[in-house]
Amino acid sequence: MSGQGPNGWTRNIVPLGTRIGAWQARLVARRLSRAMRERLGVPAPMAARPAVRVAAPSASFEGRALSWKLVDNAVAQHLEVTLHREPCNEIGTTALGELEQLAAFVRAGAGGARALILHSNRKRGFCAGADLRELHGALVAKYDVGGRGARTRLAIAHEVRGFIDRIHAAFDVLDTAPLTTVAATHGFVFGGGFELALTCDVIVAEKSTRFAFPELRLGLVPGFGGIPRLRRDLGNAVVRDLLLTGRSIAAKRAHEVGLVSQVVARGEGLNVARKVAEQASRFDPETTALAKRFTKPLPREELAREKDLFVEMMASPIVEKALEKFVESKDVRPYLP
Amino acid sequence: MNRDDLIQKLIELAAKRFGRDASALKADDDFFEKLGIDSFQAMELMTDLEEEFDVEIPDYELQGVNTFLKLADVIEPRL
Repeated sequence: MSGQGPNGWTRNIVPLGTRIGAWQARLVARRLSRAMRERLGVPAPMAARPAVRVAAPSASFEGRALSWKLVDNAVAQHLEVTLHREPCNEIGTTALGELEQLAAFVRAGAGGARALILHSNRKRGFCAGADLRELHGALVAKYDVGGRGARTRLAIAHEVRGFIDRIHAAFDVLDTAPLTTVAATHGFVFGGGFELALTCDVIVAEKSTRFAFPELRLGLVPGFGGIPRLRRDLGNAVVRDLLLTGRSIAAKRAHEVGLVSQVVARGEGLNVARKVAEQASRFDPETTALAKRFTKPLPREELAREKDLFVEMMASPIVEKALEKFVESKDVRPYLP
Repeated sequence: MNRDDLIQKLIELAAKRFGRDASALKADDDFFEKLGIDSFQAMELMTDLEEEFDVEIPDYELQGVNTFLKLADVIEPRL
């Protein structure tokens, strides 16, 4: 078991012989020489790679996974971000790159927007989570996933770590943006999609919305910051119910437990979110930023622990088998836990 | 609501959701096959049912449920 010192120094002390963990993978990979990395088939650590190229922040953006534009409301301007990747905005490398561009724009002041709305124009829902097919494909193509020797586990852990670090960085920017953020949801808000919605300050859910964390059926915990963010907002009992059963809850139930601010009719989510954005735009921006910082602190330590746990789990044979089963499944209900 | 009424209501709701003729559906039909629906559509139907009957249906109780008869078995104890 990891020790936990009061100042975090001893947090990563692990007895010899313990299965290789995420922090170890990271540490070892950073210390490996280039030649050694090539011999082991371990990619360069993310920090050592060229920084992700992020285009100059722009007031409007048309991407393959998402788009955004500044919209006038009666008071000021708000930013509308539309997720539009078929079938249901699964988050893979394309979406991640564009989320990073959005994060850069928000960090640069979001063009003066006073609020941000995140919504999907895909019929099936807001976002069905991580792109598991891409993830599985990438791991199969890159590594001998059947082997799962220490080398492979190390390499996979390292690769996943890079992806997870990037997604957390983008999500953290959205979470802590000094403007009011509103998720307008409908249909599927599953896994990584649920985690994306949880970065927002307010969730307006159409009646068709279903929230779920189905990750345990893949042998994983949610890895995009979902549990720490959900625990910040809700009682632990609700979090455990969702996590440990993997069941989905409808907008009505989500409203009852305090996850959702407003439940609205089908097709009305964006309209209502615009009204929320307009109202939020009336207040002094600095006051809004202070109020938000006070009521919505980023659970940094828990997020860091979640990343470590997720990366470690990703390298396990259980996940490999579960991902394979999911990808090859012909079940018409692969999302049902 | 007795069991027969419940099953009839389930058939009507499914027919309405997926634009089918309710009279063409039977209680022991495999609705995945008969309606040709996928997981996303199954979730939509589940949400409709929760709304209509004001109940919560945990997804895991729907494992293996593929007929209106079996669906009634899950919903009936919650009414």
